[in-house]
Amino acid sequence: MNSAHLAVASPLLLMSATTVIAMLAIAIQRNHLVVAAISLIGVGASLLSLLFAASDIPQQLTSLLIFDPYSVIYVALLLCAAAFVILLSYNYLKQRHEHREEFYLLILLATTGSMVLVSSRHFMSLFLGLELLSISLYALIAYIRSETVSIEAGIKYLVLAASSSSVLLFGLALIYAESGSMDLSQFAAALNHAATFPLVAGLMLVLTGVGFKLAVVPFHLWTPDVYEGAPLPVTAFIATVSKGGMFALILRWLHPHDAALSGTLGLVLSIISIASMLTGNLLALTQTSVKRILAYSSISHMGYALVALLAGGTLGAPAATYYLAAYFATILGAFGVMTILSGSDHEAASIEDYRGLFWRRPYIAAAFTVMLLSLAGIPLTAGFLGKFYVIAAGASQSRWVLLFTLVVSSTIGLFYYLRVLAAMYAKSSDTHPSRTTLPLPATIALAVLTALIFVLGLYPTPLWNAIVSAAGKLG
Amino acid sequence: MVLLILILILMAGGVASWLVASSNATAARWIALLSICADFVATISVWIANAGHATAASQRWFTECNFQWIPQFGIRLHLAIDGLSLVMLLLTYFLGIMAILCSWTEIRERAGFFHFNLLWVLAGITGVFLSMDLFLFYLFWELMLVPMYLLIGIWGHERRIYAATKFFLFTQLSGLLMLVAIISLAILHQQATGVLTFDYEQLLGTALQPNTALLLMLGFFIAFAVKLPIFPLHTWLPDAHTEAPTAGSVILAGLLLKTGAYGLIRLVLPLFPDAAHRLAPLMMTIGVIGILYGAVLAVAQSDLKRLVAYTSVSHMGFVLLGIFAGNEIALEGAVIQMVSHGISTGALFIMAGLLQERMHTREIAQMGGLWETMPSLSGAGLVFAMASLGLPGLGDFVGEFLVLLGAYRANVSLTVVATLGLLAATLYGLRLGQSAFQGPNPHHWKLPDMSFREWAILGPMMICLLWLGLYPQPVLNAVRPSLATASQQAVPLQEVVRR
Repeated sequence: MNSAHLAVASPLLLMSATTVIAMLAIAIQRNHLVVAAISLIGVGASLLSLLFAASDIPQQLTSLLIFDPYSVIYVALLLCAAAFVILLSYNYLKQRHEHREEFYLLILLATTGSMVLVSSRHFMSLFLGLELLSISLYALIAYIRSETVSIEAGIKYLVLAASSSSVLLFGLALIYAESGSMDLSQFAAALNHAATFPLVAGLMLVLTGVGFKLAVVPFHLWTPDVYEGAPLPVTAFIATVSKGGMFALILRWLHPHDAALSGTLGLVLSIISIASMLTGNLLALTQTSVKRILAYSSISHMGYALVALLAGGTLGAPAATYYLAAYFATILGAFGVMTILSGSDHEAASIEDYRGLFWRRPYIAAAFTVMLLSLAGIPLTAGFLGKFYVIAAGASQSRWVLLFTLVVSSTIGLFYYLRVLAAMYAKSSDTHPSRTTLPLPATIALAVLTALIFVLGLYPTPLWNAIVSAAGKLG
Repeated sequence: MVLLILILILMAGGVASWLVASSNATAARWIALLSICADFVATISVWIANAGHATAASQRWFTECNFQWIPQFGIRLHLAIDGLSLVMLLLTYFLGIMAILCSWTEIRERAGFFHFNLLWVLAGITGVFLSMDLFLFYLFWELMLVPMYLLIGIWGHERRIYAATKFFLFTQLSGLLMLVAIISLAILHQQATGVLTFDYEQLLGTALQPNTALLLMLGFFIAFAVKLPIFPLHTWLPDAHTEAPTAGSVILAGLLLKTGAYGLIRLVLPLFPDAAHRLAPLMMTIGVIGILYGAVLAVAQSDLKRLVAYTSVSHMGFVLLGIFAGNEIALEGAVIQMVSHGISTGALFIMAGLLQERMHTREIAQMGGLWETMPSLSGAGLVFAMASLGLPGLGDFVGEFLVLLGAYRANVSLTVVATLGLLAATLYGLRLGQSAFQGPNPHHWKLPDMSFREWAILGPMMICLLWLGLYPQPVLNAVRPSLATASQQAVPLQEVVRR
C-alpha cells in the first residue's frame, strides 16, 4: 500500500474513523448535538476527500476494491444522501425518547457498507459491503423501540434480508465453483451466450439477492411494511443509500457498452423491470398512507432505472445514474417534508394529515408539490430530465416494449401523486396559517433539496458531463 | 429576446400577484391584468412592426431568440414568432384579459394563488406557441397542465377533483407518447446525419421510412388529438369544461384546445407530410364524426356549460377537417375557426359564468324568459349563440365556410356530411337562445343586468367576432405565409388535391 492507495481510500478511511470517533464521543459523554455534528463533519470530510482522491484514479486497492471516476460519482451521491439523512434525523430524534446517539453510528456504518458495494470488484468485498449495510439497517429500522410497527418491520427485514443474503452467497459460490474466480467480472462472463448452466443459475441467485435490496418485483414484498414501520429518516436512507449502492454495483458489472443487454439475463431483467413498473404503480393506487404510496412508487422507480440499464449503449449507464441522482434528491425531499410535519408522537403518514396543508403551511406544501411533481416526472423538475434521459436511452436502442410500459405505468403513477396533491390543496375547515416554528437543520436540507431539484431539472449540463465521462471509462 | 420576456412577464406577474394578494386582493388582480396587457401590447407592436414585409416571405420568423441550453442533447432555448404564432398569441392575451376580468368577482377565495395559476397557464401556452425546439415544446406543453389542474381542482364546481384528475391523466399519457416520438425522431435524425438536435427547423427534413414516419406521426397526433379533442379521445373535455371555474373554461376552450390544432399545423403536417397524406382520409372522417357527434350531443344537454363544451367538440371537428383537407383554403379556414371559436366559445362560457353567478344554476330548464329581466345580457347571449351556430357575418361562419370550401376539393361526400353538422348547430344554437333567454319567465327571475365590467368583457368579444366575420383579411394575411411554409413541406399532399 503506497500513498496513492491511501489517497484513494481516504473517503472510506475517513468514514470508518468518523464512526470510531463518534463511538468514543458517546462513551465519554452522551450528547446528541455533538454526535450529530461529528457525523455530519465526517461525511463532509469524506466528501471533500473525494476531490483529493479523484486526482489519482483509476486505482485498484488490492484485488477487492476499485476506485475509478464511476465509484467517485456514486460515493459522492451516497455521501450527499447520507448527509441529508443526518440533517433530517436530528430533529426527528430530538422529539423521541430514545438513546439517540447510536443512530448516527449505524447511519455511518451503513453508508460505509454502501460505499464498499459501489467500489467493490470482488465477491468478498461485495458480501462485506452488503452485510455491513444490512446489519446496520436491521437495527436502524427497529430503532424506535417504543413503536411496535418499527420492531415488526425490523424483524421482517431481518428475516428476509438474511435469507436473501444467503441465496446471494449460494449464487456466488456456484459462479466460483464453475469459473474458479471471485472477480465480479464473472457476471459479465455469465452474460455470454456460451455460459454454462451453473454460471447462469449462479447469476440468477445473485440477482435474487440484488433484487431484494433494490425491492423490485417479485422481491418487493417487504417494501411497504418496512417503509411504513421504519422511522422516516431511515425510510429515506433505505430508499437512497441502500438501493443506490446496490444499483451502482449491478450497473457497473452488468452494463454492456455497445449494445442492449440480451440473452437470458436480459430477458429476466426485462420481465423484472416491466413487472416492477406496473406492480409498483398499480398497488400504490389504493393506498391511504403516504409512506406506503412512496414505498410502492419506489418499486416502480427502480423499474424505470432498470430500463436505462437494460438499454445499455453509450446512454444507458449515464441515464440510469442521472435518474438515480434525480430520484435521490426528490425522495429525500419528500421524506424531508414528512419528517418536518411529523410530531413527537406520530408521523405524518396518512393522506388525511395532508388535507388542506397548502392553506395551513404554504411553503412546506409547495416544496412537497415540487417533490411529487418530480416523482411524477413533470417538466422543470429533476424527475422529468431523469425520465427524459431514460426514454432517450431506451429509444436509442429501440426497446419499445419497455418504453411503452414506462409511459403507461408512469401515467398510472401520476394518479396517486395527484391524489396526494388534491388532498393538499383541498379546502379544509382549519385554514388558519399555522405558526409552528420549523426545525432548522431539516429546513435547510429541504430548501437545498428543492433548489437541487430545480437545478437538476433546468441545468443538467455539469452533472451530466461528469456522469458521461465517468461511465465512459467503465469496465 | 422580446419573446423570452413575454413568457417571463407572465411568470413574474404570477408570482407578484400571489405575493401581493395576502395583503390586497384587488392589487393582485390589477397586477395580473397589467402583465397580460403588457404582453398584448408587445405582441401587437411585433405585428405592426412586421405587417409591411410579412407577405414578402423572405424571412421566415419576425423575430427569434436562440440560446444554448443542454448542448449534449442539442437542446436549445429557441423561440421564434411568425404569423401563425402571432395570431395565436393575440388570441391568448385577449382571452387572458377576459379571463381575469370575468373572475374579478367570481373568485373571492385565494385570489392570489388563482391568478398565479392563471398566468402560469398563459405562460405555458405562450411557450407552446413560440417554441421552435421540440424538447422545449414538450416542456411548455406539460407546463400548462399543472396550473390548469390546480385551477380546476381548487376553484372548480362540484366534481372538480374527478374532472381535474381525468384531464391531467389524459393529457399526460398522450404527452408521454409524444415525448417518446420526439426523442425517437431526434435519434433517427442523429442516425441519418450524425447531429443530435431537437431543433424544429433541422428536424424538418429528416428522411424517414414510411412506416416509421407513420408511427412517429401517431405519437404526435395522439397528444394533439387529446387536446383538440378528437372524437373517441374527447371524454375529458365535457367534465373539465363543466367543472372548471369560468376563467378556467375560457382558457381551456379558447386556448388549450387551440394548442392541439396548432401542434397539428406546426408539427404534424411539416414533419410527416407523407404520413399525414396517407392518413388524411381517416383524419377527415374522424373530423366529420366529431362534428356530428359533438353537435348531436350538444342538443341533448341540459347543463349550459356542458352544452357549450360539446359544441367545442363539434367545432374542433371542423378544424381537424380543415387541417387534413390538404389545401391552403381549408387550412386558413381552420385557423380562422380556431380564433373565432376561441372568442365565441369563450364568450359563451363567460355568459354561463355570469348566469351562474346570478342564478346559482347551470340548468337550462331553470332558465327561460331572461330577456324580460336582463335584456342586454340576453341580447349578448343571442349574438354568441348565433356566432356558434355559424351565422354569416360572424367569425365562425367564415372559418366553417372556408373549411368546407377547401374540404370539398378533397372529398365531396365527407364535406356533404359535414355540412349536416351546421344543421345540428342550428338546433343547439336556437335551443340555447330559445329556452334560456326567450319565452315566458316561469321562475320569475328578477336579476341585475350587465354591469360596466361585464360590458367591457363581452363588448370587445362581440366586436372581434364581427370583425372576423366581415373583414378576416388581416388575419388571413398574417397567417398565410406560415401556412404556406407548413403545407409546402406537404408537396405530395397538394399535388394529389390538384389532380
